[in-house]
Amino acid sequence: MPVQRDEVMPIRSSEDVVRVRQMVRQWAVTLGFSLVDQTKIVTAASELARNTLGYGGGGEVQLEIVQKGIRSGLRLTFIDQGPGILDIELALKDGYTTGGGLGLGLSGAKRLSNEFEIFSRPGEGTRVSITRWK
Amino acid sequence: MTINSQSYFPELLKQYEQELLTDWLNNQLSTATRRTGLLKEAELREQSRQLMNSLRNAVQHGSLTDTNTPEWLPVRELLANISNTRAQQGFNPAETATFVLSLKKPLLTRLRKELEKQPDLLAEDIWTTNLLLDQLGLYTVEVYQKSREDVIARQQQELLELSTPVVQLWENILALPLIGTLDSARTQVVMENLLQKIVDTGASIAIIDITGVPTVDTLVAQHLLKTVAAARLMGADCIISGIRPQIAQTIVHLGVDLSAVTTKATLAAAFAIALQRTGATFTRANK
Ligand SMILES: Nc1ncnc2c1ncn2[C@@H]1O[C@H](COP(=O)(O)OP(=O)(O)OP(=O)(O)O)[C@@H](O)[C@H]1O
Ligand SMILES: [Mg+2]
Repeated sequence: MPVQRDEVMPIRSSEDVVRVRQMVRQWAVTLGFSLVDQTKIVTAASELARNTLGYGGGGEVQLEIVQKGIRSGLRLTFIDQGPGILDIELALKDGYTTGGGLGLGLSGAKRLSNEFEIFSRPGEGTRVSITRWK
Repeated sequence: MTINSQSYFPELLKQYEQELLTDWLNNQLSTATRRTGLLKEAELREQSRQLMNSLRNAVQHGSLTDTNTPEWLPVRELLANISNTRAQQGFNPAETATFVLSLKKPLLTRLRKELEKQPDLLAEDIWTTNLLLDQLGLYTVEVYQKSREDVIARQQQELLELSTPVVQLWENILALPLIGTLDSARTQVVMENLLQKIVDTGASIAIIDITGVPTVDTLVAQHLLKTVAAARLMGADCIISGIRPQIAQTIVHLGVDLSAVTTKATLAAAFAIALQRTGATFTRANK
């Protein structure tokens, strides 16, 4: 899957989360995403960025424009070196939260994306990658 | 013996401060680049006088090659001040630097005249003057740059901040139009404001309008749900308005359950419902 353009942004503060959303929105607009698709990927990005900040102790996101045949898409990969997730299946359950949230961010981000991958090892960190196709 | 005994420059400033200032001002006031609208003549005169004076003092005992030494502090402070004001007044960096750099001409002209018979010292002093003023010019640009960055950072911060007046729309009806992002700690304050206002006014309905909130994610949803629950405990019902179609779809995918809350697409629709519920009736006046 060829990558056309990519960029890395830090996620160290809640201002960074806002900036990530703005950048994702900008890229989605550039790619010609519909308003609904823009909103979906931006919202998913917001969830994952906030998890990276809140649970992962900060990290970064890589934005990529990817190509599959004639379709282009936006792939976002959130990486942190935090405590990791012990039970991924549990973390993905609606309503499961260890931080007093709604427990819908991770599962919601999955539902808002076309592709969803998560790698996490306790003590090593977490990497979540989502893709939304145009 | 002072450290500057090799140079005539300090003596020049001491002896001809007044003349140099006059020449410099005449040059500045006559140049085409002067922006009369941005800077009053009196202000320019005063700034020039102050710089001339602090420059004169600095070179008496300070280094002629390094403007970072303590003797130069008053000059640097003065220039920083002038740069900051000019950045705010809308001057560009080149114009800001020109203020200092334009002092070269009167200085060099006067040096040439005074040191006519000492070409070696003249060459040396021309060099010194150039370097010195270049340093000061660069310094003004640095300060200018920094000042612009501060302005930009402040504007960005303001954009991120939520702006939120609670308004009374009608007897018993309050509205909170949220505009901005709900990430910051201020969100809590804003929501608490609404609750306080409910207490103060005895309102029975509060409309929270999220038309101006670009992204509604689980954090925003949680803030809204908590506020609605707290308002309910205080005897007020909330209506959430400004749920655009794309937001509605996204909320459903996220799995957030807003079914216990009355939601409306527009503030107007929410207001109509609120009026109905508070028992107000409206009829169109027929002429
Ligand atoms: N990057 C991460 N590192 C470590 N743990 C994480 C990470 N992301 C998620 N988790 C764990 O998974 C749980 C579920 O995450 P999810 O985003 O679904 O819910 P939440 O963040 O608790 O609440 P919200 O609904 O506000 O997002 C979290 O409570 C946390 O324990
Ligand atoms: Mg979350």
